[in-house]
Amino acid sequence: MVLENIISIFILRYLQKRLPDAEAYLKWHKILKVGMLLAVTFIILGYSPIGSRVLIHGLSLALVGLIIYGVFKVPEFNQAKTIAYAVLPYLGLSLVSEVIDIISPSFYESIETLLDTAGFFAFLWAVALWYLSRKQKKALELERQKSEEREKEYRLTEKIKAQLEKEVAQRTQDLVKKKEALEKALNELKATQDQLILSEKMASLGELTAGIAHEIQNPLNFVNNFSEVSNELIQELREELKKDHTQRDKENEADLMEDIAQNLEKITYHGKRAEAIVKSMLQHSRKDNGKREPTDINKLADEYLRLSYHGLRAKDKSFNADFKLELDENLPILEVVPQDLGRVLLNLINNAFYAASEKKKLLEDEGEGKDFKPTVVVTTSLEQKGVKITVRDNGNGIPEEVKTKVFQPFFTTKPAGAGTGLGLSMSYDIITKGHGGDLSVISKPGEYSEFIIHLRQD
Amino acid sequence: MKILIVDDEKDVEMLFRQKFRREIRNGSLELVFAFSGADALNILEETDPPKVVYVFSDINMPGMTGLELLEKIKTKFPQINVSMISAYGDSDNYNKALTSGAKGFFTKPIDFESLKKEIQSLMG
Ligand SMILES: [Mg+2]
Repeated sequence: MVLENIISIFILRYLQKRLPDAEAYLKWHKILKVGMLLAVTFIILGYSPIGSRVLIHGLSLALVGLIIYGVFKVPEFNQAKTIAYAVLPYLGLSLVSEVIDIISPSFYESIETLLDTAGFFAFLWAVALWYLSRKQKKALELERQKSEEREKEYRLTEKIKAQLEKEVAQRTQDLVKKKEALEKALNELKATQDQLILSEKMASLGELTAGIAHEIQNPLNFVNNFSEVSNELIQELREELKKDHTQRDKENEADLMEDIAQNLEKITYHGKRAEAIVKSMLQHSRKDNGKREPTDINKLADEYLRLSYHGLRAKDKSFNADFKLELDENLPILEVVPQDLGRVLLNLINNAFYAASEKKKLLEDEGEGKDFKPTVVVTTSLEQKGVKITVRDNGNGIPEEVKTKVFQPFFTTKPAGAGTGLGLSMSYDIITKGHGGDLSVISKPGEYSEFIIHLRQD
Repeated sequence: MKILIVDDEKDVEMLFRQKFRREIRNGSLELVFAFSGADALNILEETDPPKVVYVFSDINMPGMTGLELLEKIKTKFPQINVSMISAYGDSDNYNKALTSGAKGFFTKPIDFESLKKEIQSLMG
């Protein structure tokens, strides 16, 4: 009888704990409290002599029955179903025993042991069910926790993923920006390079101009002089022809005729000489047509050696140097870009003259140099598979540590403004990239420098 | 009268010989030519004293320049007249020539009229 009420209190307490505190549930809280009060009252009454034991037992059963009914009927109390299932067999047994006891106490006594055993199993059932449900609940709880953790992890991963994606997007944008900036810089660099190549070309053209002017002036003088003197000779011949037959000097006439004929040849020769110089100047200043054409290397070397010499001579009156051409007459005609190779020769020869005359100046500053003759020697020679051109000066040479740098762009030993520092690097490009040849230098510091061009014949 | 003309352009010889055709034919003038400073000195040193009385020299020549030749002639043979003929008639060359003892300075293209007058003044 006590147990029924304890079950009641237990279920009520269970429901009370799980019922929300909200206003809407106030009524239910009140009902639960009344139920508990009743159960406690029944327990006390059960121990007191007051009232019939059967009545109180009946009321107690009615109360617990009502509570279980509520558990199944009211949705808010459904969660106590497991407890209800656990205690139902015991309550049913208790009700049956009481009914049998009332109807036939003798029959009750005869099956009391059986009832006790059944009561024990009902109790076991309750405990087992309670234990199982607890275990299940715990497992569920664990599962829930796990899934919560998984959810948490997933959310974290998502967050990191989003962050990463953002960072990647940012980085990509940065890279694109950098790439664009680099492309721009590259384009600017290319434009600057083109500009520099052009200005180097113009500078060398400027150096050429004076030489060219001198080179053209000389043949033009001859053209003028020879035509003028030819006029004089013709005049003289006319006078001779006017003379009486017997007085004419046949020998003189023949001489005059011969001279006039020779003069006309000279006029043609020097006219062509001037024409060739103008042509080569135009070729030098022409924008890269880059076309290879059959070229007489000896003629080119001669031409540019003279242009260089006269150019420097015209620019600096104190400049004086000796130059020699040692040409191999057996040279084959090579397919080269004449204006490019000409630029290389001009650059190398100008440098050679510069180096040799710098040495002269240095020696003169030291009070010596009387016996030193700045000299530049240009040679051509036939090789097994092509042509070798050398430009040698007797200047102060190139120090070992500088030798590896001379073909680098912007490297110059000349004072600021005297050179772009591009001449040799451009020469190197023209020979190697432009002609598949080779440009190298040998030098003995204090004694000489020699630049060597190898051109292949193919 | 013997005159030496120094120029690295070899056609100068033909030109001068035609310009002074009459003088050469009648024997009043003898022309010799040198194509470098060194050549010129060799010719002057052939006889002692040299027969050449007047030297006309180009300035712009490979090797020894006309101005260097002028100095050498003036120290070795001060009695010989030397005049310069140059395509570069700038004051630098002109002043250097005159202070080194040049008698005259002619620019290219050569004005043969004034050159003839110069020679005639010497022939007297
Ligand atoms: Mg000359």
